[in-house]
Amino acid sequence: MTDGKVQPTEREQLRERCEREDVIMFINSCFAATRQNEYYTDLYRTSVSIEFLHRYVLINYRLLYARTLAAGINHFNQQQIIFNLLEAGAPADTKQRTEEGSLIATALRKLPANRVYALFTRLQQNRVNNRRTRAVIKSYLAWRREPEFDAIKYRNKYRAAAAHVHSRLDTELGRFLFERPSQKPYTTPLLNQYRQAQYSAAAIYELPFTVAESLAQKHQIPRDVFLKKIEPKMTAAEKLRLQSTAARTKGVEIEFDLSRAGLTKLALYILSLKQSEHAARAEELQAALEAAADKALTRAPLSLDRVATILDRSRSATGSREKRNRPLAVALAASTLLRRAATEYRAFWTPTQKENPFELLTYATGQTALAEPLLDALEWRPDLIVIVSDGYENDPPQLVDQVARVYRDAIGKAETPEIVHMNPVFDADHYAPRRLGATIPTVGLRDAEDIPIMLGFAKFTAGTATLDELERYLALRVNRMLNSDGT
Amino acid sequence: MEHKQPKTTDCLETISLKGLTLAPSQVLGGVRLVPVLRKQVREDLRLTKRPYYEDIAAIQIDNKTAYYSYIPHAFIADWTSDGSPAVAYGTQIRSNKSTKTSDGTAHDLGFMTARVMKKMRAREDRNRLRFLPMDVSLEGFLSLHFGGPNIIWEEYSRAAIRDGLSPRSETTIPGRWIKGLEDALRVFEIHTNQVGSLVFVGDALASAFIVSHPDDYRALHETLLTDDYGELLYYYGLYAQENCLDPDAIDVRRVRSMKDLRSEVARVRSDWDKLHRLMSDNLLDCPVRHEMVYRMGPFQLQRFMTELNPKAENHIGESIVRKNGTLEYLKTYRLSAAQCRRAYLLMQLADSNWSVEACAEKLSSTRNELIFRLEKAGFGYLFHRHVLEEVHSKLR
Repeated sequence: MTDGKVQPTEREQLRERCEREDVIMFINSCFAATRQNEYYTDLYRTSVSIEFLHRYVLINYRLLYARTLAAGINHFNQQQIIFNLLEAGAPADTKQRTEEGSLIATALRKLPANRVYALFTRLQQNRVNNRRTRAVIKSYLAWRREPEFDAIKYRNKYRAAAAHVHSRLDTELGRFLFERPSQKPYTTPLLNQYRQAQYSAAAIYELPFTVAESLAQKHQIPRDVFLKKIEPKMTAAEKLRLQSTAARTKGVEIEFDLSRAGLTKLALYILSLKQSEHAARAEELQAALEAAADKALTRAPLSLDRVATILDRSRSATGSREKRNRPLAVALAASTLLRRAATEYRAFWTPTQKENPFELLTYATGQTALAEPLLDALEWRPDLIVIVSDGYENDPPQLVDQVARVYRDAIGKAETPEIVHMNPVFDADHYAPRRLGATIPTVGLRDAEDIPIMLGFAKFTAGTATLDELERYLALRVNRMLNSDGT
Repeated sequence: MEHKQPKTTDCLETISLKGLTLAPSQVLGGVRLVPVLRKQVREDLRLTKRPYYEDIAAIQIDNKTAYYSYIPHAFIADWTSDGSPAVAYGTQIRSNKSTKTSDGTAHDLGFMTARVMKKMRAREDRNRLRFLPMDVSLEGFLSLHFGGPNIIWEEYSRAAIRDGLSPRSETTIPGRWIKGLEDALRVFEIHTNQVGSLVFVGDALASAFIVSHPDDYRALHETLLTDDYGELLYYYGLYAQENCLDPDAIDVRRVRSMKDLRSEVARVRSDWDKLHRLMSDNLLDCPVRHEMVYRMGPFQLQRFMTELNPKAENHIGESIVRKNGTLEYLKTYRLSAAQCRRAYLLMQLADSNWSVEACAEKLSSTRNELIFRLEKAGFGYLFHRHVLEEVHSKLR
């Protein structure tokens, strides 16, 4: 054949493209996907879809699969990746094995403890008990600062993990976990406290909140008395979560500094309030949101010039029962964050809402019309347009992509602003966050705090970067993740 | 005595969606829902539902006729004659005494519950009417030539001469049975000024539901699920695929400025409207036979039926029309093929004065073939046994 030389390169190109798209699709899904109901898809379809995707990438691109752990993906997918890696066993290549090992160890330490213990239980239930798994669990348990605390708070899971790896526990801890409850005292104060709490209502207030809560039931302590006394033991997340419960319970107020909460968490909390309370506390809540945004920006700095956002508040932004109001909260948080990061900023909510001084009074209703807001945004001539939407454009479908394309081709030419679509929702049917079209790159978005990372990642989904660049990007993030832990 | 022609000037000749726009559809699986938007909302007619929980309802129509059906709810229409805002039923404060209960009595029969009502439509107050949605039009459909033969041709059985078509029945299926309809209604994003929906199953128009006020629609949206549908749509639902509609894309060559782009976007929107009108052309702008059922101040409740062409889609329905011809309420039911066949044959027979010979000639078939067709359609009970047997032996 005369063109024998051309063919392999074409093939290689195709292969490169295929690989790049697979990996990008995977990473992109890992930002948004969870095994939960969404507005449009149910739990079953989502879990089948995301589990398939994990398996596919694990088998075909193992190195990149492990490195995805460092890409800033959500906790659920980190957990899933670690599980799959441990289940698959260690690779033969020493270098890859070491890197994977340290990635797993680092990622585990950054995950919330409840997720880690849930992962261990899952490993036990699936009978994954290879040498690496045992080593990983052992080293994690050894790394925990207060094993007694964990043993009390996550008792069953801790026991499952310890039994699964046959780890040698401290004598008292072993007795606490594996022997029948007795009245014999412990020398470890926390364990002793737990033993006492079984019999005395006064002793429960030294225990973690979740443990004390069930004991309070047992001792029939009135809710208000319990909440008042346990308050110092609550974690920040628990305090935020119990704000509305406390409001319902007479005479209890749980002190909580709203600005301590993460930006998206805070937005979720704000949207969970009743409309009347919402409006009455608007100024305080707005200040808290801004403080949270500033804090997120100091952690991941971002400075932009002229930014316009198109924020979807259509009915599908109510999310599902498990993720109540999540898409809307992400949009609200993103708006606050970008407002603080940009020198000039305008938000276009769709469907348009009545003029009100506080953005946080928004609520989800109506259809998804993105084309007209994009036109309004383009007319304002920003440098960057961020669309936060679940991608189910229906009024009319697929028009926003056409508007973006025609604007770029016929009007804006080289001065067209960069348009990025950030999607907090995973679409099970397409194995990725739903796209608005070919012109607008779509990235999955976990929390609004991740926007700086996602703006960097957008060039990969746009299809302009090569596989090499993606690999380098991932390697860089791996490097950063592993080294930041060492210091 | 001179017979006075009923006033028909403000009756609909065709179902036209004047003052209403069709927004782009929302599709989930085989079900397509087209939002109907009203440009100018008048507040003087409000609709609400009153749920019934009984398994069956029996309604007396006249001394000799009763109508039995599963009825999930009644609609309550409140109106004002002077155009001032009406208040939807259940939202105003008034003593219970003044509200007459015309909803009959509920009976628990042990194996089932039943509600017995005296009237299909009952005026509950000066400006309030209770009526049973869908049953207005189904009653009209069932009572079509209900009286039976008015000339005693020899073929007809004695029962047919004595009782007419009684008992006449039709079967429908609930919306819950249509695959994907429940989910499609759940995830549907209701527009702010939406007053109705067109329901397509497998891209065939299944039902149209329009009310006068957006708030009422929002409350009644889910009644689309408890509505009746023809059994044909059940099969459509089973086999339907998700279809994509593409009106002409924005033309790059026509765009020079932002203004052009805006007008192109508006053009695409109007294309969607046109496209949906085209898809429902067997109901909209199609000649219908209509009948005035009830006069309520400046409004009229009427029922209609498209021309029963057995080869095309046929709809029956009911509407409330304002004096100036604006459509304030619409609910339609798509007849299944067998149902239109039955109605078509009955109409043909009635048009030729129930003479089987004349009708057969009109349909260019033989007498035996026509009787066979009627029997297949479910009207065998109209004919003498020996007539049917003769037909069978001849056609064998």
